[in-house]
Amino acid sequence: MSTSPANPLPPAAGGEPPRTPMDFKTKRMRFNSALRYGTNHLITVLAVLSTVVVITPLVAILVYLVYKGASSLNLDFFTKIPAPIGETGGGMANAILGSGIVLALASLMGIPVGIAAGVYLAEFGQGKALAGAIRFTADVLNGVPSIVMGIAIYSLIVMKQGHFSAFAGGVALAIMMVPTITRTTEEMLATVPHSIREAALGLGVPKWRAVISVSLKTASPGIITGCMLAFARVAGETAPLLFTALGNQFWSYKLNEPIAALPLQIYAYALSPYDEFHRLAWAGSLVLIVMIMVAVTLVRIYAARGILKGAS
Amino acid sequence: MATEQESNPYVPNAPLTTPAVTNFVAAAEPAGPEGAPSPIRKYLQSRGSGSFADQTFTGVMLLCALSIFAIVLFILTILIVRSKLSLAQFGFSFFTRSNWDPVSGDFGALPFIFGTLATSLLALAMAVPLALGVAVFLTELCPQKLRAPISFLTELLAAIPSVVYGLWAVFVLVPMMRDQLGPFLTQYLGWTGFFDGANFGVGLLTASIILAIMILPIISSITRDIMLAVPNSQREAVLALGATRWEMIRTGVLRNARIGIVGAVILGLGRALGETMAVTMVIGNHPNISKSLFAPANTLASVIAGEFSEATGDMYLSALIEIGLALFLVTIVVNAIARALVWAVTRGTPARIH
Repeated sequence: MSTSPANPLPPAAGGEPPRTPMDFKTKRMRFNSALRYGTNHLITVLAVLSTVVVITPLVAILVYLVYKGASSLNLDFFTKIPAPIGETGGGMANAILGSGIVLALASLMGIPVGIAAGVYLAEFGQGKALAGAIRFTADVLNGVPSIVMGIAIYSLIVMKQGHFSAFAGGVALAIMMVPTITRTTEEMLATVPHSIREAALGLGVPKWRAVISVSLKTASPGIITGCMLAFARVAGETAPLLFTALGNQFWSYKLNEPIAALPLQIYAYALSPYDEFHRLAWAGSLVLIVMIMVAVTLVRIYAARGILKGAS
Repeated sequence: MATEQESNPYVPNAPLTTPAVTNFVAAAEPAGPEGAPSPIRKYLQSRGSGSFADQTFTGVMLLCALSIFAIVLFILTILIVRSKLSLAQFGFSFFTRSNWDPVSGDFGALPFIFGTLATSLLALAMAVPLALGVAVFLTELCPQKLRAPISFLTELLAAIPSVVYGLWAVFVLVPMMRDQLGPFLTQYLGWTGFFDGANFGVGLLTASIILAIMILPIISSITRDIMLAVPNSQREAVLALGATRWEMIRTGVLRNARIGIVGAVILGLGRALGETMAVTMVIGNHPNISKSLFAPANTLASVIAGEFSEATGDMYLSALIEIGLALFLVTIVVNAIARALVWAVTRGTPARIH
C-alpha cells in the first residue's frame, strides 16, 4: 500500500480548480453534493470515534491493572507461597514456578511438532491435497475453545492416571500451541526466496540439510516470532489447566502431581471473598501481563531487525 | 521432489555426463591439489546425503503434520467415548430440554445453548460496527504515523489473557453495571422489556460486553488485512469517477471485501462461543432462560468451567462432557465456514510486504 488514499482529490492536472459543492448550479445538485460530503465527514468521524472507543477499554484495563497491581506488589509476592485464609502476606512464588514448569513442558512438546508440521506444509506439501487438508485442520483446531482441550486431556490422562498432574496441563497447552506455530512457520518459510534453496541444492546439499540450514535458518526470525506469540497466548490460558494441572497451594515441582499456575491462582483468588486475595490477584495479573507483553514486544523488536526485514 | 536424483543433480556418486556441467563444477570448487576432492565436496560427502536421510526427514515432517489430524480425531473420539452415558440416556433431546438438575440426574442443555447464543450474538452486535470502524480508520483514513501504534495497541488487547479480562470485569465492569449503566438502561429502555428484573451487575449483558471487548481485536485485525488485500487500482478507479472518500470505501473497498469481512465476523463468533474464563466470572452461573439481559445465565463453556470439578456421579460428568462435545462440533463448523470465506478472499494475493 504505497499510495495513501488519505488525499482523495489530487490537484487537477488541467488549469481548472476542483469543484466544490457551491459550484453547482441547481439547488438539488447542491443539496445532493452537500449530502455526499456530509456523509463522508460523518463516516470519518464515526471511524475515528470507534477507534477511540476501542482503545479506551484497553487503556482503562491497563491503567487500572497497573494501579491496582503495582500498589500490591512486593518482594513477598515473588518469594512466598500463599498464606492460609485469614492471614495477610504471602505470595505466588509457587504459582510462578508452576507456570514456568508447565509452559516449559508445553514448549518442549509443542514447538518441535509445530515447526516440523509447518516445514512439511511449506517444503514438501506444495500443491498436494493432503497439505491443504492439514492447513485447514490446523486453522480450525486453532479456533477450538481451550476448555474443550481441558476436558479432552482430563478424559485421556487425568481419568487414566487417577490424579491431576502438571504433565496433563503441559500436554493440553502443547496441543494449543501446535496449530499456531505450524501456520506461522509455513507462512515464514513461504517468504524464503526459491533461489536460495536452489543454490543449496545446486551445491549438492541433501534436501533435509537444505531445509534445516538454509530455509529454516533464513526464516528463523519469523518462526521465533510465531513461537513466542503461541507461547504468550498459552501463558495466560486458564481453562485448559482447570481440570489438568488443578492448582496447588504449596511448592510443587513434580510432573505427576497437581501444580500451581499463575492464571489458575488469579482465577481462584478473584472469586474468593477476601480482600487480601483480591490484592494478590491484581498483583498476579500485573506480573502475568508484564511477562506476556515483554515477550510480545521483544519479539516485535527482534523480528523488525531480523534477516527477513518486513517478512513478519 | 520426487527422487534423490532429481533433487540433487550433483550428488557425488551420480555420473556427470555433460562436459559443460563438469567444467562448471570444477570451476565452482576451489579445489586443493589436482585430482583430490575439494574440501567442500569432502564436507558434503561426510554428511549424510543418501536418500535414506532424506526419506527419514520427510517422513518425520509428514508424521508431525499428520499429528494435527490425529489431535482433532483424538479429541472427538475421547469426548464421544466419555459422554456415551448421557448420549445413550438422553439422545438428541439433551439439546432441547431445559432441565438441569444434578441432584435428580436430569440433564438438558437448552439453557446453556440459549446463554451461549445470546451472549455471542449480543457481543457481535456491539463489536462488529466498532471493529469495522477501526479497520476503515486504519486502512483508509489514518495518518501513516498513527497506523503502527494503533495496530500495536489493538493487538495488545488480543494478548491480554482471558482471566485478566475477567478480573477487571468482576471489579470494574460489574459495579459499573450495577450502579450506573444498569439503572440508566432501565430508565430509558425499560419499556423494551429487556432490562427488567433485579440487577446484580452480573448477567447476560455484562458477559456480552466483556466478550465484545475480547473479540474486537480479532475481527478488526482480520478485517484490516482483508481490506489491505483490495488492490489500490480499485480505490483509484472509484476516486477517478469523482466519488467522495466514503463512497470510495463503500463501493471500492467494502463491497470487494465483503465475503472476507463476513468470514472475519464468523471467526469472531467462533471465539465468542468458546470463550470461558471471563464469561464464567461475570455471567452469574445460573441455568436460566430469561428475556431480561440483567438475569444471570450460563453458557456451554462456563457451565463446564464452573461445575466440572464438583461433578459427582458418572451421569453428571458425562453430561458435562457431552456439552463439551457439542461445543467442539459447533466451533469446528463455525470456524470451518469462516476459514473458507477468509481464504476465498485472501488466496492468490501475494504475501504482503509492509
